Amino acid sequence: MDLLRFATAGSVDDGKSTLIGRLLLDSKAIFEDQLEAVESTSRSKGYDYTDLALLTDGLRSEREQGITIDVAYRYFATPRRKFIIADTPGHVEYTRNMVTGASTADLGLVLVDARRGLSEQSRRHAVLLSLLGVPHIVLAVNKMDLVDYDQAVFDRIDEEFTAFAAKLDVPGISVIPVSALRGDNVVERSQHMPWYEGPALLDYLETVEVRRRSRVAARLPVQYVIRPKSQEHHDYRGYAGRVTGGAFAPGDEVVVLPSGQRSRIAGIDLFDRTLETAPDGLSVTLRLEDDIDISRGDVICAVEAAPEVTRAVEATVCWMASAPLRTGQKLAFKHTTRTGRAVVGALATQLDVNTLEPLGSPESLGLNEIGQVTLRLSQPIVTDSYADNRTTGSFILIDEATGVTVGAGLIA
Amino acid sequence: MSIEARAADAVNDAQDQPDQLDQQRLSELDLLEAESIHILREVAAEFERPVLLFSGGKDSITMLRLAQKAFHPARIPFPLLQVDTGYDFPEVLQTRDNWVERLGARLIVASVEQAIADGVVVDDGRTSRNRLQIGTLLHAIEEHGFTAAFGGGRRDEEKARAKERIYSHRDDFGQWDPKNQRPELWSLYNGRIHPGEHMRVFPLSNWTELDIWHYLAREQVEIPSIYFAHRRRVFERDGMLLSESPHNPLRDGEVVTEREVRFRTVGDLTLTGCLESTASSYDQIVQEVAVARVTERGATRGDDRFSEAAMEDRKKEGYF
Repeated sequence: MDLLRFATAGSVDDGKSTLIGRLLLDSKAIFEDQLEAVESTSRSKGYDYTDLALLTDGLRSEREQGITIDVAYRYFATPRRKFIIADTPGHVEYTRNMVTGASTADLGLVLVDARRGLSEQSRRHAVLLSLLGVPHIVLAVNKMDLVDYDQAVFDRIDEEFTAFAAKLDVPGISVIPVSALRGDNVVERSQHMPWYEGPALLDYLETVEVRRRSRVAARLPVQYVIRPKSQEHHDYRGYAGRVTGGAFAPGDEVVVLPSGQRSRIAGIDLFDRTLETAPDGLSVTLRLEDDIDISRGDVICAVEAAPEVTRAVEATVCWMASAPLRTGQKLAFKHTTRTGRAVVGALATQLDVNTLEPLGSPESLGLNEIGQVTLRLSQPIVTDSYADNRTTGSFILIDEATGVTVGAGLIA
Repeated sequence: MSIEARAADAVNDAQDQPDQLDQQRLSELDLLEAESIHILREVAAEFERPVLLFSGGKDSITMLRLAQKAFHPARIPFPLLQVDTGYDFPEVLQTRDNWVERLGARLIVASVEQAIADGVVVDDGRTSRNRLQIGTLLHAIEEHGFTAAFGGGRRDEEKARAKERIYSHRDDFGQWDPKNQRPELWSLYNGRIHPGEHMRVFPLSNWTELDIWHYLAREQVEIPSIYFAHRRRVFERDGMLLSESPHNPLRDGEVVTEREVRFRTVGDLTLTGCLESTASSYDQIVQEVAVARVTERGATRGDDRFSEAAMEDRKKEGYF
């Protein structure tokens, strides 16, 4: 069984909570005591129906205001796949939380209300998913029951979204007509829309081929050097980390960056086993044939298509703090397993959060704004473009005084 | 397909694929394991004084197993901390000691009874041992100067936990501020803290109860015997089956009977209920959990039943 992580987006009124509630209910991920608690709260508040949003809005303040403020994570499994849902907030002031949820997603599920069509918010969500390199977007056109399951309504939204999405960098786009409330095309294919020939939503989620965007060769950012210093393992020296971008095998020639020293992989350890291959995504310990100086922050790379070593990066930055980002500002950064300091150079272009169209050269970047920025670093980092590898192509910016994460960077 | 048939299929699926490492596609357990090991190593590298909160229950055993793997063949580079309520099951304490000995780990026990005797927390006779653990835990973290504490919490357990970051910042009062959490992007964890603050880190955030059981079944490691079906003298209270014990004085009308039961969670024995079950192996437990209709905390934990926000409120104060 494999794993699909997806992020959901859409405003409260689009029926997102109802849709998630139905996926969870029909896949048995909601338990009787949880449902009873939600039913009893709904009754005591005098609602006419069971408010499934109470299941996902886990904080007191969210339940009080009836809105989603922060990402909630939900889990369900079918025989074919395990799913992790990052249920993200829709309001523009919580964009940073939406970005948190989408940063690890393989797929974005965007909801729209069939009666209203595409909103500014649904476009923004698609744009942010595209920016974060999420390779699939499903647009669920919800509340089809309220437009009499009319194919013309669906076709109009489908065409409009497909035309809009053609400008985005998302290889997989699907549009599915559903009614979360009635269950049409959620788990079972609908009897009401014979004109729709595609799969039901769950069927699509279970079978979509996840194209992870690690298109370059293998890298291992070193997290930790394992030196047992025990009698039994006196000379053991292993480099622990998580493989990204490709696979390593014993005998492979590698280059250690930024130093540029070369060696070969002597062995790959995972606890008490030695592996014949270390595929993308696995946490392993590499042993090398030569005794060279390697520490946390270095990256062990396949020699072909080796990444770039640089002390200056051009990146798209999502700014997440209320105090704006300005030229000349000093910040801390964390990129793979390396931390250091960065100075903000030029703020080249601000991008419209709703369209990613350039808005010209800004003086500063405010909360939830996105722009292209150059940074000068206190030490070299080992990079790929974000489009080629999410791990080596991303970094965070940290305010040195407060310690808070204030920016997310995607390397060009 | 019916829900039960799907669940049975899921069980068979997991059993048919014990090890997929030779293939390019990793199973969901391999991916969860890899993510957790990554987190454990990040913390060990970036924090000066980490500690692993170890109750001896299934989640903390899973976490300890992952830590064992993360640093092999070296020893785990941080100590374990157990908050002893004084009302713990003896089988759990035995398992705890076996693990500590096997791994050559260092165990620190923070005792609620000692904390009461020292005046660190106040036992007014109405506050449960579960709640008194909070003050005991925060005191131990402060006393030892721990800067990061691994907890075995999972997001599928409870709706407040579903909102929590993997690195969960605590201020110098040990409090969680759920409305003001740091953004957490990709797997770039931000471990910056000020003096007096600490980080709670949840390597099992993305695991579900069923994942834990699949993993324990795959690893075949020691867990407390009370997770498996056994005969026990029990009585009913508030719809839960509680264990007969000197710590659990019977109230009017409560009758002790012997039944075949197992525990789904292990905590303070005055608040942790068991369920009638004949599941006596890992595989049988996996089957049982796969078709369970009630959450583990709802079924067996008195401490979560006080209000809709019981967990959120305790977490804000510094609970696990």
